[in-house]
Amino acid sequence: MISQLFILSSKGDHLIYKDFRCEAGSDAVNKFYEMVTALTGDQPPVVMKHKELHFVHIKQGGLYWVATTKADASPFTIIEFLNRLTALVKDYCGCLSEKSVRMNFALIYELLDEVVDFGYIQTTSTDILKNFIQTEAVSSKPFSLFDLSNVGLFGADTQQNKVAPSAAATRPIMSSQGEQGGKNEIFVDVIERMSVVIGANGVLMKADIEGEIRVKCYMPSCSEMRIGLNEEFSIGKSQLSGYGAAVHVDECSFHQAVRLDEFDTYRILKVCPSQGEQTVMQYQLCDDLPTAPPFRLFPSIERDSGGRLLMYLKLRCDLPPKSAAINVSITIPVPKGSLRLSQELSSPDQSAELQPKNKAVHWEIPRFPGGAQLSALFKLEVPGLSAASLQEVGPVSLSFELPKYTCTGLQIRFLRLSPIQPGPSQRWVRYVTHSDSYTIRI
Amino acid sequence: MPYLGGEQTVRELRRALSNPNVQTDHLRYRNTIHRVIRLNPELSLLVINTLRKDCSDHNPMVRSLALRNMCNLRLPGLLQYVQQPLTVGLKDKAACVRRVAVLGWAKIHTLQPNTEMDVAVVNELYGMLRDPDPVVMVNCLRALEEILQEEGGVAINKPIAHHLLNRLKLCDVWGQSEVLAVLQRYRPRSEDELFDILSLLDHALLSHHAPVMAATLRLFLSLCSTLPAVCMSALERARGPLLAAAGSASRELRYAALCHIQLLLRSEPGLMGEHYKRFFCGYAEPPYIKQNKMQVLVELVNDENVAMVLDELRGYCTDVNTETSQTAINAIGGIGRSYSDRCLAILTGLLGLKQEHITSAVLQTLRDLVWVCPQCGDAVCSALEGWDDKLQDSQVVILAVAARCLRRQNLLRHRTQMGRGLAYCIEEEVDMCVRDQALLYYRLLHCGIEEVRRVLQGGRRSDPSLGPLIGRPPEPISQWASSFNTLEPLTLRASTVGNSDPATPNPLTPNPEPMTSTPGDPHLPDCSSGALSLSVSPALSPEEFERLWLQLEKGACLEVCVACPVPRCSPESLQVALRLVNIQTLAFTPPNTHPWRVDHQGDLAVGHQLGNPVIEQAEAVRQTSSLNSD
Repeated sequence: MISQLFILSSKGDHLIYKDFRCEAGSDAVNKFYEMVTALTGDQPPVVMKHKELHFVHIKQGGLYWVATTKADASPFTIIEFLNRLTALVKDYCGCLSEKSVRMNFALIYELLDEVVDFGYIQTTSTDILKNFIQTEAVSSKPFSLFDLSNVGLFGADTQQNKVAPSAAATRPIMSSQGEQGGKNEIFVDVIERMSVVIGANGVLMKADIEGEIRVKCYMPSCSEMRIGLNEEFSIGKSQLSGYGAAVHVDECSFHQAVRLDEFDTYRILKVCPSQGEQTVMQYQLCDDLPTAPPFRLFPSIERDSGGRLLMYLKLRCDLPPKSAAINVSITIPVPKGSLRLSQELSSPDQSAELQPKNKAVHWEIPRFPGGAQLSALFKLEVPGLSAASLQEVGPVSLSFELPKYTCTGLQIRFLRLSPIQPGPSQRWVRYVTHSDSYTIRI
Repeated sequence: MPYLGGEQTVRELRRALSNPNVQTDHLRYRNTIHRVIRLNPELSLLVINTLRKDCSDHNPMVRSLALRNMCNLRLPGLLQYVQQPLTVGLKDKAACVRRVAVLGWAKIHTLQPNTEMDVAVVNELYGMLRDPDPVVMVNCLRALEEILQEEGGVAINKPIAHHLLNRLKLCDVWGQSEVLAVLQRYRPRSEDELFDILSLLDHALLSHHAPVMAATLRLFLSLCSTLPAVCMSALERARGPLLAAAGSASRELRYAALCHIQLLLRSEPGLMGEHYKRFFCGYAEPPYIKQNKMQVLVELVNDENVAMVLDELRGYCTDVNTETSQTAINAIGGIGRSYSDRCLAILTGLLGLKQEHITSAVLQTLRDLVWVCPQCGDAVCSALEGWDDKLQDSQVVILAVAARCLRRQNLLRHRTQMGRGLAYCIEEEVDMCVRDQALLYYRLLHCGIEEVRRVLQGGRRSDPSLGPLIGRPPEPISQWASSFNTLEPLTLRASTVGNSDPATPNPLTPNPEPMTSTPGDPHLPDCSSGALSLSVSPALSPEEFERLWLQLEKGACLEVCVACPVPRCSPESLQVALRLVNIQTLAFTPPNTHPWRVDHQGDLAVGHQLGNPVIEQAEAVRQTSSLNSD
């Protein structure tokens, strides 16, 4: 059971404070902030204890979401509940930020009232909550030129009209018939996170993919949605079929509301999405990528005669030519005490800088098309460079985003709503792969 | 928050309260009431009257809101006003009002804990466990738990338990985990009933909602506390979901799962062996998760993955975060207790980096390693060649003394120098621990080099990997089952994992394995004498052995039972332990592998030592087969 719940900004401002059981004083908030700021980094900060009071907190959207409890509660329950709460706030306010929480404090109090009573979690389902929540979200949207990019010359349809604007899915689920409101939209996102380790010899040492299908529904009522996956989708090691193009995952779990009667034969998920965001399916794939890993690095690292460290890095993107990686950022740890960096990059849009505090060189590539190869030459001045210092270079880690691409090859064949919604409704399917951790050893 | 004090606000509120239109507007209404109570208790009677009136509103939402707000007031003397609406609320036809009313009784009870609770209400609440709405049911449990706290909470008898179990699927995630927690108090009457319950709950072990999975596993562990085999198979069932939670997108959930995995490993070290790659750190993970993962990795090392794990740990040693790099170095040291050669190579390589925090962590690790595994002395000593100029550092001094004494080399030349170094440490060192150690060596050195050697080598000390042989058994599950799925594993840094205390010597006898055997195989030497002896040169080559083995008819095999002090050690850990005492196995079969088929009883001995003795893994095979048949 939860005794108090509060939301703090990263600077320690009290944004939301709710006491459910009056067991502990309101000074707990300040105590918590003191404790969390005093952490040295070694201590595990998720659960902290002060006298009889346990603080469990998560950090999301730059805010601390804290629950306190006196009883011996289940950590999984409290952490999952806080995660769910952030998702609810995100659904109702559009996005998670200090500003949106501040502006919507009334709405959040109302949510908390319905979600938790006397410290006991009552319900977190948007289907039930929508009957009770009356307040409308206040969303702040500064004027942005990007909003205009959808309008073609003389009002003609542009190519971009066929693509959902990136901000479309970050609006509150409940809005009156205002400008954007009332639009019957449904987003189905296939999101994969990959964690990869490539050895110094180029051998793939570890490759895990965790994926999920997330549905974000803005329709006030939606009776049934059918999501068709690849027909040759197989689960588990035993079901491996001989076809080369099969999409294969090791483990797969579904939201409890998903009906699977057509899944075995036709790979169709049937779900009645409730308003807001929910994860319909989660899957994992371990140690067995269907395609080559997206990036490969060919480094050569040496000391030159002047005692400088020369790093010549060739990075190849093994995606299919139609895809591209965006926001690629490469971190190369360098020896301690590196002073100056001189760089030769293969195109002007890239950038690189030395961050002495993190002992690393950051190399940023805004867009990296599939099949391309980029190279960079870094010359580092390191006083007292020894042969052993070369050991400090690496492992290189990459973070990137692969839009319109899934590593497992999972695709959504179709998306049908039944019965057909009256009025205009829009269905969007989006794919993205994130790098959870992509490490290449040198 | 807007400023709420002041005359004007109060006036505004007074106006608002008497305005009927405001009362239909939920939010303002709610805020109004809270403000009024906080500002002006005198107004509370007005509020209570309004709320009481609303409790009989025709709209169920208004009724539930009014009732909840009234119960939340926390005013003395509230009981007399709220009793009647609460009693009516229990019988309301709208579920949302009943939910509020049930919890309302719990609130009243905590407000006035001394007042005797009406027996009729308690009975009513027990009766409402059969309410069609699952949230009302769960709320009843919660309320009864609070009201009957002094009597040990809600009484769970057989009909209630079975009712709850059958309704479990209707509850949402939160309700399920709460019901499962309450069910822990129920003790099934018979074994049949127990297994009925277990099979009913089995699917929940695989739930991808971590709270449900954890609550179910906890329930399993408490129900089957007398059936270790069932507990083990439950742990194995829950392994998948736990690993999934350990890789979830939420860092905090990852951390919780990792802490619980460490608990599991205390009893079942082999549980996650093949999934060691899941515990490789992501580069963007916060240090506390990285450190936890490393502690887990140390536990998972076996012959097959040691190279990969060390390679990975080597990468973390140069991490920006000094604590992470120190943990990585310590982890390598931990692995060094069973795989000293590889680890020493890495550790001495790290010395070349000449970075203060790395060097000091490495020296500390080496010092512990020399203390625990005297056979490392030689290698450490050669790594320290050319460090004579650094004899200012206490760590180096102690290390050098220990290593050189073990090596018995150049002692005369170094003796005075070492003595001087130690004396310097004792004088100057501020760290009590290090100073004490220096003092110990100094006194030992007084007694002569041989004495130091004797003490250092006198007994191999406790070593986690030696556990299967020298009898530091994995803890029984009951040791930690009560803290599973509580906050305890997360608040305690799991410092016991992977660190055995070097100060408690646990001497190992030269031949600790008391073995018994049954004769039967003509191809193998007779070992009916009971004790098996080791042979230096193998009587068979591995290929020959395999050929002979495959020729064996079923049943015509040698079965040797090793009286292993640890009842349920995995074959891998047994093998690691044997390596430590320099016994090589000629053949080794992981569980569930063909062609080393297991006969129907599952009592087949399949492992072989160099020639002789024969180490069996019947125990392990029996484990797996009994789990399969369960």
